[in-house]
Amino acid sequence: MLFWQILIDGFAISALYALGATGFTLIFGVSGVLNLSHGAIMVGAAVAAWAAASEFGVGPYTGALIGIIAGFILAFATYFIAVRPIQRSKVIAESEKEIFILTATLLWGIIIQEAIAYAFTNNAKTVLPIVEGVTTVLGVRTPRNEYFTAVICWVAIGLLWFLVNRTRRGKAVMAASMNPRGVTLLGIELSSIYLTVWAIYGLLAGVAGILLGMFLGVSSYSVGPLTASAFSIVVLGGLGSVSGSLIAAYVVGYLETGTAYLISPAYRTIPALLLLVVVMYLRPQGLFGRR
Amino acid sequence: MSLKSVLLAGCATALISSAASAADPIRIGVIAEAQAVAGSSIAPAAQLAAEEINAKGGIDGRKIEIVVYDNHSSSAESVRAFQRAVSEDKVNAVIASYISEVVLALEPWAGRLKTLMITPGAASDVITQNIAKNYDQLKYTFHGYLTSTSLAGLVCDAAKDLLVEPYKMKTAVIMSEDAAWTTPLDAGYEKCLPEIGLKVVDHIRMSPDTTDFTPIFNKIEGLKPDVMITGISHVGTQPTVQWKSQQVPIPMFGISSQATNSTFWKDTNGAVEGVFYNAVSGPGVAVTPKTLPFVEAYQKKFGNFPSYAGYTSYDDVYMIADAIHRAGGTDPDKMVEAMEATDYVGTIGRIAFKPKGDANPHALRTGKGYITGLMLQWQSGKQVNVWPKELAAGTITWPSFIKLKAASN
Repeated sequence: MLFWQILIDGFAISALYALGATGFTLIFGVSGVLNLSHGAIMVGAAVAAWAAASEFGVGPYTGALIGIIAGFILAFATYFIAVRPIQRSKVIAESEKEIFILTATLLWGIIIQEAIAYAFTNNAKTVLPIVEGVTTVLGVRTPRNEYFTAVICWVAIGLLWFLVNRTRRGKAVMAASMNPRGVTLLGIELSSIYLTVWAIYGLLAGVAGILLGMFLGVSSYSVGPLTASAFSIVVLGGLGSVSGSLIAAYVVGYLETGTAYLISPAYRTIPALLLLVVVMYLRPQGLFGRR
Repeated sequence: MSLKSVLLAGCATALISSAASAADPIRIGVIAEAQAVAGSSIAPAAQLAAEEINAKGGIDGRKIEIVVYDNHSSSAESVRAFQRAVSEDKVNAVIASYISEVVLALEPWAGRLKTLMITPGAASDVITQNIAKNYDQLKYTFHGYLTSTSLAGLVCDAAKDLLVEPYKMKTAVIMSEDAAWTTPLDAGYEKCLPEIGLKVVDHIRMSPDTTDFTPIFNKIEGLKPDVMITGISHVGTQPTVQWKSQQVPIPMFGISSQATNSTFWKDTNGAVEGVFYNAVSGPGVAVTPKTLPFVEAYQKKFGNFPSYAGYTSYDDVYMIADAIHRAGGTDPDKMVEAMEATDYVGTIGRIAFKPKGDANPHALRTGKGYITGLMLQWQSGKQVNVWPKELAAGTITWPSFIKLKAASN
């Protein structure tokens, strides 16, 4: 009973982690940007979906759509306000750009977080679920929305895989992550690749944020922990490796769920963080990292 | 210059300065959490009270001015705001926060800077226990909301009438967040629940950072209690929504500060249906003749309903103004004496403070004739008062997923 409970709950939360971390790792893989406003974009999308439903009375589907659009807008705003000016700057030394972008995205995330807190208070919000009710499988009573979350996450990840491996645009993105110079030599504008990647990222982060809002609820306080969890999953899996992030998301998701059920919900995040420290010592490139 | 003219000149100066101070406004600092639902009503409610008093000519000809500081829910920022309020903005009194940790951090500063401070929403008993231990230093702090121990007692009284007698409930699990205010609350629950016939089968203290409550509900459900007795304030939306989405068949009853806000229905998409929460006031409940006019004025001015700390903050401004009037000015020690003699009917009931020598000096008097509290239940988007009987506006309803096993026994 408890085993099945951990298996089912862990699967849903891990799928959500995987989706959240995929966009994060993709951006890093292609453009070397560690986007520390990740959590803020997820929360922004969820709060937009919540506000659309509760303030303007739209249904769950329209609400979710508005949330996804908000995710898009926030992702592009992040790119155009916090990332691109630094990438193109002639004043900042090339070697220092990484740390500048890191700081800029962190501060940008805090700006979004504070804006959300002032406009909608820091109380948690929950997005209107698309699927309601519970089902009992193997003696475990689970909200149907939890299964729905897992399915949508995997569909989104599957679509991403298809895009990257089967379409011309996607292949260019993949190529840029391997050798940006080579891609430019083939006559593909690198900046348009970046735009594609940020669009994909906005979509993934938006969907992940909305699903999280339906499943557990989010508040402006969630911003930091969400960025941290995506960051540690991606580092654990190997920076820039999408498949590594997926596996790491499941390792972290199940470690957390197992800890919450078997030891105490208060210690939920600790074992995963300890694992991260151990991996950093023994295999600094992460479980599946290339660099 | 003759002695006579010196005396005359002295008198003239004294007259001028006293005339100046009579025209000077009385300044009240409000240090609160602008981003938190509970805290965000504190400053507007104080502003409303000040405007009402000023419209009637102020206190002894002096206007009341509210100076607002946002503390971002942080104790450190609150202490800085308090220092600035006293030393730069020259406030005469401070209304501070709904968070016990913040008030506990400010309490010694109220003593050091000899500035009257009242909290409209914190609950920890330690605030007033500290005053008992060191009265001369800490007498400047007043507790304008119920202590956790009183809250626990009121929840037990309501549980006896609403759950134990009609539904023959026998067992309970205490579920509370880990914070300063719940330590005395839980101790109160542990003591009073068995007295009313509810056996405490377990006691779960959870981290306020918890986001996934599934394991906690799972454990509670396994213990098969008749009711969950809650003590939550920093968390609210997430456990409520997950309780509903997982259809946990056990009622939630107790303190849920966020549920006191009228916006909570929207925050939870209606998942709060059926949740019981203790409060000192509620929409449509005429606790005193002042309650409903206040709610109406607040709603008209700000477009939403006040949180629980809004009611008390509004009363606090009137009480401070009244104390300054009776003290004949803003001398801090005289203001403290005048506050101690407060006997004021506000929006939440008749307010009087426990005296020096009590275990909780400067805490509100509770019980018959003073503040008795309410128990409300969210029903179809509305907060319906169900206890005490003489103020009840409706009867209990149960969400369909709640299984009342005790009632069928």
